[in-house]
Amino acid sequence: MTTQQLTGAEMVVKALAELDVEYIFGYPGGSVLDIYDAIFNQDDVEHVLVRHEQAATHMADGYARATGHVGVVLATSGPGATNCVTGIATAYMDSIPMVVLAGQVASSLIGDDAFQETDIVGCSRPIVKHSFSCRSLKDIPNVIAKAFYIANTGRPGPVVVELPKDILIPDHTAAFEMNKDVNLRAYNPNVKGHQKQIRKAVSTITQAKRLVIYSGGGIISANASELLTSLVERLKAPITNTLMGLGGISGLHDNFIGMLGMHGSLEANKAMANADVILALGARFDDRVTNKVEKFCPNATIVHVDIDPTSISKTINAHIPIVGLVDIVMQQLIEEIDAQEYVVDETINQNWWQQINEWRQVKSISYQQDQGKIKPQRVIESLYEVTHGDAYISSDVGQHQMFAAQYYPFKKPRQWINSGGLGTMGFGLPAAMGVKMAFPDAESVCVTGDGSIQMNIQELSTCLQYNLPVKIISLNNRSLGMVRQWQDMIYGGRHSSSYMESLPDFIKLAESYGHIGIQINHLDELDEKLAQAFAIKDRLVFVDILVDEKEHVYPMQIKHGAVDEMWLSKGVKA
Amino acid sequence: MRRILAILLENEPGSLSRIVGLFSQRAFNIETLSVAPTEDASLSRITIVTKGDDRVLEQIVKQVNKLIDVIKITDLTERNHVERELLLVKVLAMTDKARTEVTRITEIFRGSIVDIGKQVYTIELTGDVEKINAFIGILANETEIIESVRSGTVGIARGEKALRI
Repeated sequence: MTTQQLTGAEMVVKALAELDVEYIFGYPGGSVLDIYDAIFNQDDVEHVLVRHEQAATHMADGYARATGHVGVVLATSGPGATNCVTGIATAYMDSIPMVVLAGQVASSLIGDDAFQETDIVGCSRPIVKHSFSCRSLKDIPNVIAKAFYIANTGRPGPVVVELPKDILIPDHTAAFEMNKDVNLRAYNPNVKGHQKQIRKAVSTITQAKRLVIYSGGGIISANASELLTSLVERLKAPITNTLMGLGGISGLHDNFIGMLGMHGSLEANKAMANADVILALGARFDDRVTNKVEKFCPNATIVHVDIDPTSISKTINAHIPIVGLVDIVMQQLIEEIDAQEYVVDETINQNWWQQINEWRQVKSISYQQDQGKIKPQRVIESLYEVTHGDAYISSDVGQHQMFAAQYYPFKKPRQWINSGGLGTMGFGLPAAMGVKMAFPDAESVCVTGDGSIQMNIQELSTCLQYNLPVKIISLNNRSLGMVRQWQDMIYGGRHSSSYMESLPDFIKLAESYGHIGIQINHLDELDEKLAQAFAIKDRLVFVDILVDEKEHVYPMQIKHGAVDEMWLSKGVKA
Repeated sequence: MRRILAILLENEPGSLSRIVGLFSQRAFNIETLSVAPTEDASLSRITIVTKGDDRVLEQIVKQVNKLIDVIKITDLTERNHVERELLLVKVLAMTDKARTEVTRITEIFRGSIVDIGKQVYTIELTGDVEKINAFIGILANETEIIESVRSGTVGIARGEKALRI
């Protein structure tokens, strides 16, 4: 503890520095100019100026997903704060640690409809883990410390801190007192699994004849990938990941049977449907996983491990619920399995794997590439080759997102960065920029489409200012592919507002922002031009790839069906 | 099924709106809500009467508990408890007959007349929901109800069980 006299604005910046914040992503405006002045006068924390506040939230989000550290956003009151709302909701749905510092008009003006006043605490209430309205100068350091603590413990999530202008201005100073050892009486996030439940879970798991491990984003946020891998290997069990959980175990691992759910692999969904025991780890039985809830795995005993009790038995009833941090609980499970001296029954296990391998042989994740237009799946495969499977892949939302999830096996956690819960178009580019800020030497790729990229394309300017040489791989199908796919399948092929007329020349656009643009029109130039793009290390390259606009994402769960009822291709059911 | 939930939470700005917001956001029902600080001024206590089956109630309890401000929540319906509601009602009392009847009914229900105007009586009554409903029904038969206000239910567990830090 120090007792230096500081202004509120100085306190904000000092508090961030004390919490080891490297970057603030933000945009200045009237109510936060004092904070910007304080930022100007120091070197501990670097501010990154975006071109739209939504992009600041996604950049902070991408940074947080890649590093596990809290992403920090600074926005002014009114429109600055409301522009953050989509990014806050994105982080909330995917449990990403983020602190949004939002300016507010002076306390004396609050409620008067003052210039650039909005109730951002009210606006964001349903989409934050918690929020603070800081009304006193001396509280600033501890409120920020609490915000960080809440954002990055338990089930992580975004926290909004509202800072009225009158507590930031130079007229007032106070002693900087900050207690980093936060303790909140109503919030205890460090939860261990109940030992009785652990024993029950282990005896169920060890008696299973057809066990499936189903893991989600919780494994990523708990940094529990190694533990998960050893649990999988100890049990010799098949494992499937949710969209959020990809990379939780290496996509190249023999026991990995692919993503499950709407566009998951047939073997993953079949294994779930036929399992007698499902061990769910840090996953939440989202509707994009379960398909029709009433038909979901009726014969399985479900062991559900999650830090958030509200996720348990919300949509699917858990027979053995375990509330706890997934890394701690997995450790407990492994200890109990060892204590019981459990040995996998090879006959039973091999029978189960034999069945799974039959489903695998259907090769549900496949496509036909003829000499015509480039198939989008082929682009992702080439991308994997040219990056050796080591790039950070930040995705936008739509068909390209699903193709990336299906055709780019992620070897490591935090390598796959996408808006899984909210499905926010415009997420990809700023997220890839946040990743690049965190790891300048790593390859950071934004996989996007001609629809999504235009939702935050202004950030090409930020990329130039901060020299962020991300690679943009745009699967350009001249349409909103996923919307078009649903219209083809469900709406009689009526393409209502799903095609993009008057697209810009993306190459010239990239060039006008000071970057390099490469267009790929033909299959025979795909690999060569991609290699060319990735050979350029110090410049942003926008690769605009004209792909087959008629391609659909398969396999796909049949609407209102069971988890394993799927279309394998147009008109072909599994 | 009708449920009475007792919630102990931080007495901070915004705490109540988080609870109310949660109920509307997740399409939970609020029949009555009553809130006030406790003897420890840093804490507020809320009683919410809601409706829902076991599954909905489990989600309500978990979702409320998840709020950072909430210290404890308990379902009073599950155990022996005392619940009360306060009614203030203003009725027309212009004739002798009406005045006599209103006074008699109030005495029977162990309410009290707390204010008298030229033409109106104001009555206070405490009780559970059934008693208050019955009282209002009978009053309405005898005279005209001008205005009424109910506090919403408050509740507390019987015996040693207590909702505290």
